[in-house]
Amino acid sequence: MTVVRQFAQFVKGSLRLVWHGNAAYWTWLAFLGVLIASGGLAYARQVSEGLGVTAMRDQVSWGFYIGNFTFLVGVAAAAVVLVIPAYVYDWKPIREIVIYGELLALSAITMCLLFVLVDIGRPDRFWHLLPPVGRLNFPQSILAWDVIVLNIYFAINFIVVTHILYRAFNGRHYNTRVVVPLVLLSIPMAVGIHTVTAFLFNGLAARPYWNASILAPQFLASAFCSGPAILLIVLQLLRRFTRFEIQDEAISKIAELMAYAMFLNLFLHGAEAFKEFYSNTEHAVYVRYWFFGLGTHTTLVPYAWTAVGLNVLAFGLFIVPAARRNWVLLNIGCLATYAGCYIDKGMGLIIPGLTPDTLGEIYEYAPSIVELRVAAGVFAIGFLIFTLMLKVAVPITLGEFHGDDAPEPAPGWPVAWH
Amino acid sequence: MTRRQFTTSAAAAAAGFVLTACGPKRLHEMSKDRLKGLIAEMERKYAEQYGTAVHVADTAAMPGVEFAYALDISRCIGCRRCVYACVDENNQSRDPQVHWIRVFSMEKEKGVDFAEANPYYQPKEVPEEGHFYVPVACQQCRQAPCTKVCPTGATWTDPDGIVVIDYDWCIGCRYCMAACPYGARHFNWRQPTIPKDQLNVNTHYLGNRPRPKGVVEKCTFCIQRTRKGRYPACVEVCPVGARKFGNLLDPESEIRYIIEHKRVMVLKEELNTLPKFFYFYAT
Repeated sequence: MTVVRQFAQFVKGSLRLVWHGNAAYWTWLAFLGVLIASGGLAYARQVSEGLGVTAMRDQVSWGFYIGNFTFLVGVAAAAVVLVIPAYVYDWKPIREIVIYGELLALSAITMCLLFVLVDIGRPDRFWHLLPPVGRLNFPQSILAWDVIVLNIYFAINFIVVTHILYRAFNGRHYNTRVVVPLVLLSIPMAVGIHTVTAFLFNGLAARPYWNASILAPQFLASAFCSGPAILLIVLQLLRRFTRFEIQDEAISKIAELMAYAMFLNLFLHGAEAFKEFYSNTEHAVYVRYWFFGLGTHTTLVPYAWTAVGLNVLAFGLFIVPAARRNWVLLNIGCLATYAGCYIDKGMGLIIPGLTPDTLGEIYEYAPSIVELRVAAGVFAIGFLIFTLMLKVAVPITLGEFHGDDAPEPAPGWPVAWH
Repeated sequence: MTRRQFTTSAAAAAAGFVLTACGPKRLHEMSKDRLKGLIAEMERKYAEQYGTAVHVADTAAMPGVEFAYALDISRCIGCRRCVYACVDENNQSRDPQVHWIRVFSMEKEKGVDFAEANPYYQPKEVPEEGHFYVPVACQQCRQAPCTKVCPTGATWTDPDGIVVIDYDWCIGCRYCMAACPYGARHFNWRQPTIPKDQLNVNTHYLGNRPRPKGVVEKCTFCIQRTRKGRYPACVEVCPVGARKFGNLLDPESEIRYIIEHKRVMVLKEELNTLPKFFYFYAT
């Protein structure tokens, strides 16, 4: 029964870790708790009154929820930016932090699934999507593909991180025959989740703004900047509040990768803008709505140019090696990347795609208070999961949290990674 | 509870779950018997809700029939009687208002251009000078983008060409609304309301039975009427006879005559949706 005992120890120990923390930790949890409660109340109202409490209508039938979903799929996919150099090129400074990329992916996918759940009109029927009790319209519906790839990607990351961490808890090296194939598989899967999510919009001939073959590459490029932007902030926090050591070299390398991704992102946006404005067909109306507004309808224009400004700023900062090594500039760059991609990939993708609607009507959408509260709640759940997972994962990788049977951690821990 | 009772009931529950899980879930795939039972249950609920007997038909598609629609743009005067006849016939929500037919007022010199059209025109009299009208509802596409994208298969094309939705299977993801080039799908953003005395009690389970909130609905060519050989409500009410309806497979039908002899167009033909809703110019 050692396995059971070990597992019981692991669970008990994890709970103890999660239950202990300083004032900052509890303030953070309380803050998330308030957001979750507020989101829960708003969602309860949405369920009882219907999606009419959101600002979405027949003309703009998807809004803030699906925008956040799309953005977060990118964040989840971005873990791969770290996985590729770590495992394919065996580059050690990054390898030690890969696990945090995977934990981030897990919480991002949880948020994605929650955003889809809060968006559907009949959440009580979500099981209609789950064969064999439900029926998945596969392979016709790209949404069916998305359900499948997101869940597989979640499962892969879940298996890899729990395996590595639980083995480390017991003082053992992870099983390479399990981890390496799964990690290698997670690379195409990460590309897959974001490509499929792009195709979700891309395949709709009724919406010319989305019906551009450049959409999937553009999604990947923006994901590869926004995901690492979050991770860089998290890594700096970890370094500050725990004994975890992360080499400067690793952080500056990630920032360098982000600069290339941002270049690609801007280039693809530029290519799309050129096609729209130079050919100037009636389909340019959606891009024009985003960047210049149509007549008096100009709600989104400030967001569009803010996103452009932030993305250009981030690129400018990260392309300069000295700026990548300056902590202030690095963090400004991260925030700019995050905010720029968030505006671009969220509202900037969904709303102009649906405005004007297919019969030319302009309905100006702006999220309602209920939508903002629900969305904040979903983000809070994601951050809560990420925080709690870190609370357990960091001591394991530091060798501070291990089972009774585990050998004393050798100097130079974490051994698990070498 | 004894152990035997527990085991028996657990086994029964498991068997029940497996049977439900493996059986067909969408209404149209069920055995006739099971469908009858569910319809009886529906009728009971509606009767309770509206305080009157409601009939829910399950009339199937007739063999050798493919319905099609034609609309004479040169004749339509933009009176919107069709819009409200449709609301009454199909039990559309009055508050919030749901309209399956939208009529667009267009300027003659601009042609059929939705970007310039106005669906909210309010003149003292119709038709207005220099304008013509294009009513739009579901085009019942042969290659319907909405049925392709539905993740649960809750919407499909029945054998007589009518695109239908199973309101009991739709999860309300609204992917079909993003995919439809004609704005023909409508979501129940709130609980639909129909005054009790205005309920049309002659319904079809894939058509005009009262809908729950949180699902998508659409025009079904008045499935409850047309499968019994009647015209759709909008055809019947049109004061100028601009609306035509019939069986595309019948060479003697009016719809075939129109397609063969008139100048016909379909909306957004470049999207290759192949509508069965034809606009024509009779004069």
